[in-house]
Amino acid sequence: MTINLDWGIFLQESPTGDGPYWTMLATGLQWTLATALTGWAIALLVGSIVGVLRTVPYRPLALLGDAYVEVFRNIPLLVQLFFWFFVWPELLPAEIGRWMKQDMPYPEFITAALGLGWFTAARVAEQVKSGILSLPRGQKNAALALGFSLPQTYRLVILPQAFRVVIPPLTSEFMNIFKNSAAALAIGLTELTFQMKQMVEYSNEVIVSIAAATVLYMMLAFAVNRGMAWLEKKARVPGMIGGGR
Amino acid sequence: MIDWQLIADNREMLLDGMLYSLTLTGTAMAGGIVIGCLLALARLSSFKPLSLFAAGYVNLFRSVPLVLVIFWFYFLLPYFGLSIGPDKSVFITFTLFEAAYYSEIIRAGIQSISRGQVSAAYALGLTYPQTMRYILLPQAFRNMLPVLLTQTVVLFQDSSLVTIIGIKDFMGSTVVVASNNGAMTEMYTFAALAYFCVCFPVSMLLKRLHKRIAVIR
Repeated sequence: MTINLDWGIFLQESPTGDGPYWTMLATGLQWTLATALTGWAIALLVGSIVGVLRTVPYRPLALLGDAYVEVFRNIPLLVQLFFWFFVWPELLPAEIGRWMKQDMPYPEFITAALGLGWFTAARVAEQVKSGILSLPRGQKNAALALGFSLPQTYRLVILPQAFRVVIPPLTSEFMNIFKNSAAALAIGLTELTFQMKQMVEYSNEVIVSIAAATVLYMMLAFAVNRGMAWLEKKARVPGMIGGGR
Repeated sequence: MIDWQLIADNREMLLDGMLYSLTLTGTAMAGGIVIGCLLALARLSSFKPLSLFAAGYVNLFRSVPLVLVIFWFYFLLPYFGLSIGPDKSVFITFTLFEAAYYSEIIRAGIQSISRGQVSAAYALGLTYPQTMRYILLPQAFRNMLPVLLTQTVVLFQDSSLVTIIGIKDFMGSTVVVASNNGAMTEMYTFAALAYFCVCFPVSMLLKRLHKRIAVIR
């Protein structure tokens, strides 16, 4: 069999009215980036809070943190996204539910970013917790002995060190959030994989479309990898096992 | 919130779906560990082309989303004239994809064994395959067993992604029941609960296994 590859397809007009095919993929890449980055901001914020909760010497709070992590780690991302998109608006008061279904701007994007954020937060919390626990116990005891309150101890002594220790393991979570964002095509987010699928179906250029999307994801992974390597170097804590090698 | 009557009425479809998910997970785990093991050995090999190939394979699969890989095979197999249908082709997809992840775990496991073990085996006159089979791999596998199984729980959760190409795995069956009966709220809540009930106890057991093995080591 002969394989004809038409690499010029990117410049051809797509039948969806979105302009040439390359803009279709570019839009997809933009949504992937926007969803992953928004989700990451949520994941860092929620994950840090949950991670800290799990280490405080107050049992109900620690259990609450543990419960969050177990729930969000033991349900598949796709199922979580379906839940937030289809079920959640039904469970809220009717007014809010109706607004979410009818008037909320970019419903797929907001749901995907939030869902991805909460999902990733459980993983971030896991890393933050082990980062805090990896610090020598003397750090906390010394701070408390000096008369710091527990919140002060966390804010001024533990967290500044823990966040730097935790950066290398967070790199792979940051990579994952870009890849995981592809699952949001199931709720209709027009991210990169969704657009590739559209391009395959409209243009019939199977190999060219797939190659383009794959190369874009690989470039993204490479960029994230380089960026995080730079950050790891910057944030290294001298003398710490997790910090410098 | 959950309509148990509806679930009882559709239990056959849901059970078939769960069976499909478990079969897919089991197959991809077995195939993935075998191929992953070969990839790990290739990657650690001193024969450059072989280790470069393994590194390229692993890096390629680890830098793209599983959803994209599912579409690769979904579109490419029929394109090359291999029409075995998506519900069979995802077995290939998941095996090849998971192999990349298992191989990284196995590589780390092998590298955690001290060099002295290998040197001692060679000194005793064991060949490379013998060293691997009797000395290195048994120790490495023991150390990495909890991590391999944790990856399998992840794999089981990821298997829900085949719903996207219309396969009736457990989630796919749930979607069908939900849309046939206009019961999205009830069915998707049930799906979340069901996945949790399968994954949570296994995760807990694995945590304990992890602790026990860590102590003995």
